[in-house]
Amino acid sequence: MNQIPNSLRSAPDTSGHFGAYGGRFVAETLMPLVLSLEAAYEAAKKDPAFHAELSDLLKHYVGRESPLYFAERLTAHLGGAKIYLKREDLNHTGAHKINNCLGQILLAKRMGKTRIIAETGAGQHGVATATVAARFGLPCTVYMGEVDMERQKPNVFRMRLLGAEVKGVSSGSRTLKDATNEALRDWVANVHDTFYIIGSVVGPHPYPALVRDFQAVIGNETRAQMLDREKRLPDLVVACVGGGSNAAGMFHSFLDDAGVEIHGVEAAGDGVDTPRHAATISKGTPGVLHGARSYLLQDGDGQILEAHSISAGLDYPGIGPEHSWLKDIGRVKYHSVTDQEALDAFMLLSKLEGIIPALEPAHAIAHVSKIAGQMKSDRIIALCLSGRGDKDIFSVAEKLGEKL
Amino acid sequence: MSRLKDKFAALKKEGRAAFVPFITAGDPDMETSFAILESLPAAGADVIELGLPFTDPMADGPAVQASSVRALKAGASTAKVLKMVEKFRKKDKTTPIVLMGYYNPVHAYGTAKFVKDVAQAGVDGLIVVDLPMEEDEVLRVPARAQGVDLIRFVTPTTDDARLKRIVADASGYLYYVSVAGVTGTKAVPEEEVRAALTRIRAATNLPCAVGFGIRSPEQAAGIARIADGVVVGSAIVGRVADNLGHGKERVVAEVLELTRALAGSTHAARHGKVPA
Repeated sequence: MNQIPNSLRSAPDTSGHFGAYGGRFVAETLMPLVLSLEAAYEAAKKDPAFHAELSDLLKHYVGRESPLYFAERLTAHLGGAKIYLKREDLNHTGAHKINNCLGQILLAKRMGKTRIIAETGAGQHGVATATVAARFGLPCTVYMGEVDMERQKPNVFRMRLLGAEVKGVSSGSRTLKDATNEALRDWVANVHDTFYIIGSVVGPHPYPALVRDFQAVIGNETRAQMLDREKRLPDLVVACVGGGSNAAGMFHSFLDDAGVEIHGVEAAGDGVDTPRHAATISKGTPGVLHGARSYLLQDGDGQILEAHSISAGLDYPGIGPEHSWLKDIGRVKYHSVTDQEALDAFMLLSKLEGIIPALEPAHAIAHVSKIAGQMKSDRIIALCLSGRGDKDIFSVAEKLGEKL
Repeated sequence: MSRLKDKFAALKKEGRAAFVPFITAGDPDMETSFAILESLPAAGADVIELGLPFTDPMADGPAVQASSVRALKAGASTAKVLKMVEKFRKKDKTTPIVLMGYYNPVHAYGTAKFVKDVAQAGVDGLIVVDLPMEEDEVLRVPARAQGVDLIRFVTPTTDDARLKRIVADASGYLYYVSVAGVTGTKAVPEEEVRAALTRIRAATNLPCAVGFGIRSPEQAAGIARIADGVVVGSAIVGRVADNLGHGKERVVAEVLELTRALAGSTHAARHGKVPA
């Protein structure tokens, strides 16, 4: 067992490992690129001009900081802990994904790359990437599984409006995992001019670290806002986890606060004891996929299993290596929530608070719905509402048997 | 003794390049795949790269991806692939077999058990696409202890400093990836490969096989004149795909016919029997 460092916020180590997880499991052709990205990122981190440009964009383009909203009626309804929502749904493009995309496209610019590629599941990362590519005038290709294109049609159209080329992926389960494979194939074939904007805390080092760092603004703001409003830290911090970028960004600020409990919420699909779920941490085992060692849904032969979730953004058989590490050392507890529970929470928040959440954070709402009532009323929960639900109304309507 | 070392030494004496066909184990089914495997040496294969199927072959183009899907659908597993090698080895004691695949199936099998079992089955080398030198020690060291070589890649993006580090711990042969890209999509750029080989030979005495983008006997001959080995994969597994539904015999016959053409051209290349 690896030693736990003094601060949980200092991982990964220099070779990109979070305990036994992470690393750089990519083809030799990509290795020099991954190393040059790491060097570019390390230089950017030390450059005040980089931070100034990013901060300016986050403020004036994204609309940060995002509010920390006290969900009064949801709190009353559940009858326990006070629930605060970190409103990432109010960001430009409607989700937390833009925070990371801006950071990465600034890196692409520094590295002199002239073409952008990305993978997308729910389409939120694809839209955010297409957005920043438009903003910086770079051509952009987004890979998306055909199943996801079908269930997230509005986002496909959005990306095209933004000038991106959306390439459907018909291999494998035709979802996020396969879109990631295809983006990696594009990258290896276009190493000279292409920057791959990965949408989550996955992939080879330094991606899990840099995506987390670009998303850490979520937790940093939440922490400051909470101290301002309640004069103390929350008792519980909650976020949904697919690849895990909103969670990684939300959690990072609180990892060293022993008094703050942290929960990640995975998608249980039809249930974790059925074959149709995406609960990688709860039901997976460590393995190597898409450049990193982490928990995976796989069979005994190391073949990757297909994940299932009503939420395209959580429909991924892997998870960021930092989450695998946080699970093993016990710092974060990972729970899971079924499609039906997420759907119920989606409706509940819409009706009680006038906020239609994306199906991804609806999983976090569902989890909080189960536990808030058992907590005392002087307890405080901070939940990352990572995106808005406009993109999901078609799949929700279908589930409810309504035709739009 | 090492079959790989012996083979490349013998070929060097004969003054010809190795022909190295790649097939995916279990494609389109275990039985047909074995029939192909056992006939490859007679059709001119000097070394055989045997693909260990994986659900997510990120570095492969459509042809090899499809072959992996076919093999997995037909029930291929690591254990069955090792049985296949064992059966091959009973009759063929000299043709080196190199297992090629991705790390996760190896990791799932258990690295220590994997190297022991592959050595026992008669495997001579391993190529693990997503295990760059930064991560390969975990497999390379135990494999070498079992007399199995971990074959390392050199690519167009590998600079001289990396090349030096790659060859330092390499054994068996080097696999030069002729183009930045996935398998079977771009054509091999002969002049660039020539320059790369000059660079590689200045760094090591290990044999160097070239792969990615070699489809035709003409291309094979071109590379055979400058490299120590010619690897062809996508064109061969593509031949399996083209003949599905026409019976096992036809699949085997077609794959072997292509192998003979590619091997013949590879072997004759340095003797002036193939037009330049």
